[in-house]
Amino acid sequence: MIEVRNLQKSYGALDVLAGVSLHVEQGEFVSILGPSGCGKSTLFSILTGIEPADGGEILIDGAPPTEPRPCAWMPQSDALFPWRTVEQNIALGFEVAGGHGRREASERARALLPTFGLEGFGDTRPYHLSGGMRQRAALARTVAQGRDTLLLDEPFGALDALTRTDLQLWLGDIWARERWTVVLITHDVREAVLLSDRIYVLGPRPGTVVGEFEVSLPRPRGIATLGSPAAAELEVELLQALRVGQDATL
Amino acid sequence: MSRARGILERVWPPLVVLALGVVAWEFYSRLSGIGNAVLPPPSRVVQSGWADHASLWDNTLPTLREVLIGFAVSLVFAFVVSVAIDASGIARRSLMPVLIGSQTIPLIVLAPLVVIWFGFGLTPKILLVALVTFFPIVVGLVEGYASSDRDAITLLRTMGARWPTTFRLVRLPAALPGFFTGLRIAITYAVVAAIFAEYAGAEFGLGVYMQGAKASFRTDLVLAAVVVSALLTLVLFAATYVVQALVIPWYAESKRVPQ
Repeated sequence: MIEVRNLQKSYGALDVLAGVSLHVEQGEFVSILGPSGCGKSTLFSILTGIEPADGGEILIDGAPPTEPRPCAWMPQSDALFPWRTVEQNIALGFEVAGGHGRREASERARALLPTFGLEGFGDTRPYHLSGGMRQRAALARTVAQGRDTLLLDEPFGALDALTRTDLQLWLGDIWARERWTVVLITHDVREAVLLSDRIYVLGPRPGTVVGEFEVSLPRPRGIATLGSPAAAELEVELLQALRVGQDATL
Repeated sequence: MSRARGILERVWPPLVVLALGVVAWEFYSRLSGIGNAVLPPPSRVVQSGWADHASLWDNTLPTLREVLIGFAVSLVFAFVVSVAIDASGIARRSLMPVLIGSQTIPLIVLAPLVVIWFGFGLTPKILLVALVTFFPIVVGLVEGYASSDRDAITLLRTMGARWPTTFRLVRLPAALPGFFTGLRIAITYAVVAAIFAEYAGAEFGLGVYMQGAKASFRTDLVLAAVVVSALLTLVLFAATYVVQALVIPWYAESKRVPQ
């Protein structure tokens, strides 16, 4: 379980996070929804230990986090290495984070391929893959790190709308099977509704939590879920919560 | 198939221009009465060069050896310096300005000096080739490191990797395309540098051959040596592409894939 209390961060005179508090339970899918520039990505930098916070604290299972952090980060760009095959890219997680030897890392990566719909593409280099497949490979590399929590930073932001929907449904399915603890950063309201157990809405800079929403839609969820009155109602509430902060800045 | 045709299509236009130039030169030399001691026609250059090919070859090999050894020395030092620059901010701030400043010295004019310091043997040639080729290789590497994907570096850091690991897994492979570009610039200087060093004092080499031919007014043989040195540079230049295709096949491939 991750607990973030009153987290603050500024770059010089620019306040980015002004007291963000949230928590993520084991096996929970939590989304952080917010406009561009609300400090969502900064929050991840602090959680992964790349950047220090200026104030507040992070507790993991009730204690201050130890290095390396039990969080695996998936960047907005997939950051797949063109000089490595898909399998070698996934193996990177086992190799660097897991400390496995190159050979064993490769074997473990190969075993992950079917789960991520990449069977038969292990020896392909990433530039031959479609955008959707690249994101799946990047997610596999994230999972390969063997950390408790996955931090996904707008994983589908760069995809076209149709591929994005496909991948959202796919992520929903695979999560239902694997039950990872996931924190998803997104500015796509529908994506948050479709995937999350809980949603935090962040206001524009400096980022603060302006709303917390329980998503009680039944699982498994599909396209039909999005058409239900409960989902539509939640979407409206989320959009309104997002607008509260927006009006001040527009 | 289409790739071979693509290469062919890029090769023939410069070849036509070259052929036209050679034909014009041939006619000019023959018809203007300028004389073989000043400007022999290309046909005579080829003839005389071929007649003297054994001696030309004997003098090409030492030059090639100087180039290759000088290049190898340069590569080793350039790599070490580039790693130091990448690893430490102090090294970068102190070395880079000095390196850039060193390029204000026309290095080739150092040829007489290195001969004074190191004599007429192999050492001054190697040194001059290394000096001239060092800078483009270092710059190619250092800028290559800097071109690596920031998210990829951050990703490795979140996995708990420190500089040696990020260097090995991201920065070095990312730098290789830039390194090969630097290598190609360097290799075009290398043969010139070796010949200059030979001018300043040597027993064998294309530079020595040219000076001997010039002293006996054999302009045709001077030109034949020029052609040989140009071919030598061309072969080395082409070799960098072959090595590149072997070392980083992903680079050319990734550029061919339509995005």
